[in-house]
Amino acid sequence: MTTAPAAELLTRDPSDFEEPRRRRHAVWSVIRTQPQATIGAIVLLAFVVVAALAPYIAPYDERAKVGDVFEAPSSEHWLGLDDAGVDMLTLMLHGARVSLIVGFAAALVSMLIGGTIGLVAGYFGGKTDVALMRLTDYFIVIPDIPLMLVVAAIWGRSLTNIILIIGLIYWTTTARVIRAQVKSVRERVYVKRARALGAGHLRVLFKHVLPQVAPLLVAITVLSIAVAIFAETAIAFLGLGDPTLISWGRLIENAFSRSAISVDAWWAVVPPGLAVVAVVLACTMLGRALEDSLNPRLRVGHLSVRHFRLRNLRTEEAR
Amino acid sequence: MSGERVLEIEDLHVWFELGDGRELHAVRGVSLALEGGERFGLVGESGSGKTTTILAVMGLLPPNASVAGRVLLDGQDLLARGERSARPHRWSDVAMVFQGAMNAFNPVQRIGDQIAEPMELHEVAEGKEARRRVAELLERVGIPAARASRYPHEFSGGMRQRAALAMALACNPKVLLADEPTTALDVMVQAQILELLTSLANDFGLAVVLVTHDLPVVAHVCSRAAVMYAGEIVETGPVEALYHEPRHPYTRLLYAATPELHADGDLASIPGAPPRLDRPLAGCPFQPRCDRAFAPCTEEHPPLLGVGPGREAACHLNTAVREVQA
Amino acid sequence: MTTNGSGPLLEVEGLVTRYPVPRGIVGTLARRPRERVHAVEGVSFRLRRGEMLALVGESGCGKTTTAQSVLRLVDPDEGAIRFDGTDIMSLSHRKLRPLRRRMQLIYQDPYESLDPRFRVRATVEEPLLVHGIGSKAERRQEAERALELAGLSPAALYLGRYPHELSGGQRQRVAIAASLVLHPDLLVADEPVSMLDVSVRAGILALLDDLRARGLAILMITHDLSTAARYADRIAVMYLGRIVEEGPAREVVDNPQHPYTRALLSVVPRPDPRDRVAPEILRGETPNPVDVPEGCRFHPRCPLAIPECREVDPELRRPAAARSERHTAACIRV
Repeated sequence: MTTAPAAELLTRDPSDFEEPRRRRHAVWSVIRTQPQATIGAIVLLAFVVVAALAPYIAPYDERAKVGDVFEAPSSEHWLGLDDAGVDMLTLMLHGARVSLIVGFAAALVSMLIGGTIGLVAGYFGGKTDVALMRLTDYFIVIPDIPLMLVVAAIWGRSLTNIILIIGLIYWTTTARVIRAQVKSVRERVYVKRARALGAGHLRVLFKHVLPQVAPLLVAITVLSIAVAIFAETAIAFLGLGDPTLISWGRLIENAFSRSAISVDAWWAVVPPGLAVVAVVLACTMLGRALEDSLNPRLRVGHLSVRHFRLRNLRTEEAR
Repeated sequence: MSGERVLEIEDLHVWFELGDGRELHAVRGVSLALEGGERFGLVGESGSGKTTTILAVMGLLPPNASVAGRVLLDGQDLLARGERSARPHRWSDVAMVFQGAMNAFNPVQRIGDQIAEPMELHEVAEGKEARRRVAELLERVGIPAARASRYPHEFSGGMRQRAALAMALACNPKVLLADEPTTALDVMVQAQILELLTSLANDFGLAVVLVTHDLPVVAHVCSRAAVMYAGEIVETGPVEALYHEPRHPYTRLLYAATPELHADGDLASIPGAPPRLDRPLAGCPFQPRCDRAFAPCTEEHPPLLGVGPGREAACHLNTAVREVQA
Repeated sequence: MTTNGSGPLLEVEGLVTRYPVPRGIVGTLARRPRERVHAVEGVSFRLRRGEMLALVGESGCGKTTTAQSVLRLVDPDEGAIRFDGTDIMSLSHRKLRPLRRRMQLIYQDPYESLDPRFRVRATVEEPLLVHGIGSKAERRQEAERALELAGLSPAALYLGRYPHELSGGQRQRVAIAASLVLHPDLLVADEPVSMLDVSVRAGILALLDDLRARGLAILMITHDLSTAARYADRIAVMYLGRIVEEGPAREVVDNPQHPYTRALLSVVPRPDPRDRVAPEILRGETPNPVDVPEGCRFHPRCPLAIPECREVDPELRRPAAARSERHTAACIRV
């Protein structure tokens, strides 16, 4: 019988270790491999680039009257003119900036609020959790449109206010999803171990818990962008938007209030609407694909039909 | 034991596709024969391929698996046409108790209903008749029949394992495959379950394959056993012979690494780790860790040869001895 | 750190830890009395430096809770815990922090106890970072030393690895190294090898034995009597929150006195098929620790029970047939 050697007598050959996985960033790998995510990401990126370059690529000035009210599309004005005789394409490009900025900023606000609340509630549990979830419930219940009306009436209709309102209304989903994930990560042995050896809450949260939760947070935030853009469109459509800024919702509102449809001026209504749909769809596709891969509760792969394949041994020997 | 072979595995191979073109050759030419009423142990550590082998017998491999070889149940090849030929026999002829079966119950369905489910699926019984049989089975495994209307969370781990056994026996199979049935259980409950398993095998004339890493459990329950390493069987024989006269260094070392209650000797540990199965292996798979390796071990793969009545081992040492004696 | 070299490192007396069972809405409204899980009900033992004590028992016996209570990971309800002479029961968590460095816990599951995003280097250095010890270079050195001590040699080969690149045995050694890096006096090992392959266990157990020989006190929690018999100096058998038998390891295993210990030993399967022992299989299962039987907690399942056992809750005392002075059992029939 051999006595147990004190040192783990392993071969010195590094290739004997398991194949080291290159450190994949979960989010990036989903975008690379899943078609839904790739398309969504590309479309979103395209819109962002176009919006960023708007002042340079827009054919006309966004305030210049260049023709008649609701002039039809032509070779000089691809999307025709709006109710003030301004070039629609220019307005679309400038509108993209506002809509996207509001969308991203509001999503960021909701990620910060929802992420923090979810993290704190899930990690500390107990009374803190109960209190925070009660708060979340109150916010879920608040009706968005009346709130926006009230805020617009009291504090005025500025871009900052709109971003804040949207962020403040829609953080609740993020909070709940993150809280659930944090609760499960918190129970992992390595987290308990870190606590047991004396690591403070902050260290455990930032070094051990947050990295596990971050990819999912990204996924939820992407989905929030979609919601935020849609919300901004609704707000602007109701006339509660910032009067000094052009956004897609505002364009639709303008068209409606000047009865564009009754003069068959579809080019004043349809392009902004389609743009909103396209961006929201892109965000949704990307966000859903990320969430499906990253949210462990959504794993359903094991429910698929499983059939193994047969091989002919003789062909194996021939190999 | 009836003497007739109820289950035969012939040269079974299983590969798993790993993505990026690689393949894991998890089971490498396993052959076994099981007689009716026999209790057979399949021993190995993690990665040895023992669970994959019995999953292959049940036809329960995932889509990235491919299989070659034959699994004969009463002469019929279960793998001949893949899922189609395996399915009719699943549970009605060959049943399985999974690793962690006690946690594999549907939490929102009553235990009685879950045990009755395979009966109804295989049209063995239904309705009132099924309920009667469920009650019978539960009593047989030591659970009061009245508990059939309870939910899994109302049972302890040991009771759930008994229920898992009852579920496996629902359609009166000929062969029972038990994968680590007592691994997560306390030693007293383990003793109860092993006693139950033995008496069930005797009463129902079941052939049992007990898959485990725990050698003493096999010694306690089984009459014969096979030791698996790196996807292959390296030794088979009666459990007594395996303990007292092992013919493969891995078997010997495995026993040496198993603590005994009243012995005070040093425990052995086997340095190194099992070989990676996603690469072709040259020579004997155990050679890098073997304490008795010699010249042929690195070049030639040792075939599984008879080394006595009812005994086989895959080790060059056995042939070398014979040559010396000749 | 000042050390009381002669006395025991760890003294536990009359430890009691109970968990409240949540009542749920109906229970709260109906004002049902709160049920408590009597996880640990009066446990006492001593542990010296260079000694290994094995706490053995089945699930629900309270061995894990005892270990957690000793480390104050769970707050006990009653009793005294003295670590190197200092009473740690009454200390606040802040005051406890420096003492925590001297008591470390090794977990059962090597596949879950390492953060998958941390390289080995980061995991092993983390305790030093948390307690603000040493410069970056010094931490690195300490980490290498700890890895070598834990048998992962040469340490440089392992520092940059991620847990998923290592085997179970290697991961457990990393966990051990991470606990050694603080130079602890007490190691609590909770089922340190139960999730490892048999061929790897002896290596880890030998490592623990080696650490013990170097002066560490080790409290090992295990359900495996054979391992306890071979490696521990003393064994304490627990049942439903109490120690029912305690003594030198060999003595307890070769000459068990308490009926529970005897039954347990008789059902441990032996690797030699010719070694047939008549197993004393107890009927039923260990009762729920919420509902502890009156009198001797083992009497409902005890083959030696007499009517008196229902009334008397026996203390640990030396049985008549014991061969060692330090061998005690809690049974009125021995």
